[in-house]
Amino acid sequence: MIKLENIHKTYFGAQPLHVLKGINLNVEEGEMVSIMGASGSGKSTLLNIVGILDNYDDGDYHLAGHMVKDLSENQAAEFRNKYIGFIFQSFNLIPFKTALENVALPLFYQGVGRKKRNALAMEYLDRFGLKDWADHYPNELSGGQKQRVSIARALVTSPKIILADEPTGALDSKTSAEVMQILRDVNATGITMVIVTHERGIANLTRKIVHLKDGLIESIEENDPDKMDFTKEIK
Amino acid sequence: MFDLDSITEIWQTITRNKTRSILTAFGVFWGIFILVILLACGNGFDNGMRSNIEGFSTNSTFMIPNYTTEAYKGYQKGRYWNPDMSDIEAIKMKIKGVDMISPILTEYSYNGDNNVFFGTKGGNFSMKGVLPNYNDIDRCKVLYGRFINETDINEGRKVCVLGKKVYEDVIGADKNPLGLMIKANGIYYQVVGVIEPYNSNITVSGSMDETVVLPMTTMQLAYHNGDKFDFFVFTTARGYKTKDLQEEVKTLLRERHDIAPTDEGAIMCFDFEQMFTMFDYLFLGIKILIWIVGIGTLLSGVVGVSNIMLVTIKERTREIGVRRALGAKPALIIRQVVAESLLLTILAGIVGLVIGVSIMAVVSGFVGNTPSEDVMFLDPQIGFGAAVAATVIIVLSGLMAGVLPAMRAIQIRAIDAIREE
Ligand SMILES: Nc1ncnc2c1ncn2[C@@H]1O[C@H](COP(=O)(O)OP(=O)(O)OP(=O)(O)O)[C@@H](O)[C@H]1O
Ligand SMILES: [Mg+2]
Repeated sequence: MIKLENIHKTYFGAQPLHVLKGINLNVEEGEMVSIMGASGSGKSTLLNIVGILDNYDDGDYHLAGHMVKDLSENQAAEFRNKYIGFIFQSFNLIPFKTALENVALPLFYQGVGRKKRNALAMEYLDRFGLKDWADHYPNELSGGQKQRVSIARALVTSPKIILADEPTGALDSKTSAEVMQILRDVNATGITMVIVTHERGIANLTRKIVHLKDGLIESIEENDPDKMDFTKEIK
Repeated sequence: MFDLDSITEIWQTITRNKTRSILTAFGVFWGIFILVILLACGNGFDNGMRSNIEGFSTNSTFMIPNYTTEAYKGYQKGRYWNPDMSDIEAIKMKIKGVDMISPILTEYSYNGDNNVFFGTKGGNFSMKGVLPNYNDIDRCKVLYGRFINETDINEGRKVCVLGKKVYEDVIGADKNPLGLMIKANGIYYQVVGVIEPYNSNITVSGSMDETVVLPMTTMQLAYHNGDKFDFFVFTTARGYKTKDLQEEVKTLLRERHDIAPTDEGAIMCFDFEQMFTMFDYLFLGIKILIWIVGIGTLLSGVVGVSNIMLVTIKERTREIGVRRALGAKPALIIRQVVAESLLLTILAGIVGLVIGVSIMAVVSGFVGNTPSEDVMFLDPQIGFGAAVAATVIIVLSGLMAGVLPAMRAIQIRAIDAIREE
């Protein structure tokens, strides 16, 4: 599903910063992978490249069999809309839109009609127990509810991949556990999932843990989340 | 571009910060409002001025004889000459482009005493001998009877047409004047009509209101003028230049009356067209000025919209970035921003247009819209054309205001929003 070969990325700020120094990574369809590493190790950078939010300098990136390189803004937008759902640490819900409108937004960009869009969005909200909150604005929702709305938004277009950058970073442990359970359920439906986290407990709930260090993959750890005690992992 | 979804999207962003949107829109509202008010006032003055000259053929030229200023063909300079009826015929025959031509003969009460009487009642009025077509140049309303006609001229009938004031002063407004005999400068004439000028701002040797009008031939006979008269007036036919006609007429008259071809002083020329053209230019100038001022005001409104929207875009960086991440294409972002500015501008502009037009309709109701001779300000409203032009300008300025913010908006990449801080 995701195939990264020798990916390089340098930020040209005040001083050039070589953040990714040749990343090779394969994520198969239906896998659930976490990326760990010290702060500044390039986790977000990597995830943004995978999400076609940022470009890379060197190497090859194939997404669902398509070569992703030098895409136009329009192509990138289409790829993102079609293949990828994003979940952010800070939710990034649009504050002046209701939960329902937020979830329906990606469908709007696909050109789905209003009725169908709202019906589908409602279905996803319902799936995460948010039906009664459909008409509420983000500032009327708790952190956990917001993240569930954003998960619904990521899923509503039936993407192939969910990319989550610290999805539990802003949540307490109980809500984190709930959100992780939801993500695991989503993954169980066959959707590929890549989660960036610095919490070992979160990583332990994924099948593969990629350790990033100094712009390179240090190791890839196989893991059996089913052996983990859920409540104990997330403190 | 304006399906329900987009409108909802745009409406949401506009109403999110109502105060700011209203303040922003106010600039455009004000611009259009001022433009409408100014245009309407300009039209009001224009209409008022034009109503002052209503009824008088604006393409008429008066030709008045004067003392010659050069000696010529054995004549001394300083000779007085008079045009005569054969001049009129010659001009009609030889000069193309003269539409109407009418000679005029005038008399006054020389010592200032009353000269016009009905019975014992009298008044001091001027007298004017004309041909029937004079009423096509210096138009008057016929209140009773008729104007001078061809038969009057041909038979030299002793009839007269009275100006309204003459009628009221001498005969009395309560009496039917037709058929009555009045005495003017000692001669009796039968009243065949009463007239009232449409306009008394322009008068030819005395207002028609205070004139006893006689058939030209009758008057020539009564005052021993032969077939001479005092001066004449002609109008220019469509497609001819008044200036050219004047020269042709002057040349012809000089030939016919042995006046030196270079004698500019012997024939005085009074050209209404020139005066009215000046009027036209004056109002054109005012109109241009109004558009410049109005559009300038509007432009500052547009700059305001653009400016505020630039700020808004900056504040919305995160939101726009998220939209991009969710799959919004650049074209859609551009469309949205431009549509937002367009909607804001159009709403504000239309409100300005409607309020401006309404206010001026009320004002117009107060100042009236019936032409009359002594108004300066009449029917101050903008025409349909100007309203359409204003609407087009509103739309254009809305587009203009949106361009810069839209350009800024598409420079926002998804990554900018995703990156915290
Ligand atoms: N746009 C940018 N321009 C310049 N430098 C950048 C930019 N974005 C990130 N960096 C730098 O690249 C490095 C990697 O950043 P990145 O955000 O990928 O780290 P991270 O692993 O996600 O860290 P954290 O765990 O703190 O989120 C950091 O040193 C950061 O300062
Ligand atoms: Mg990060």
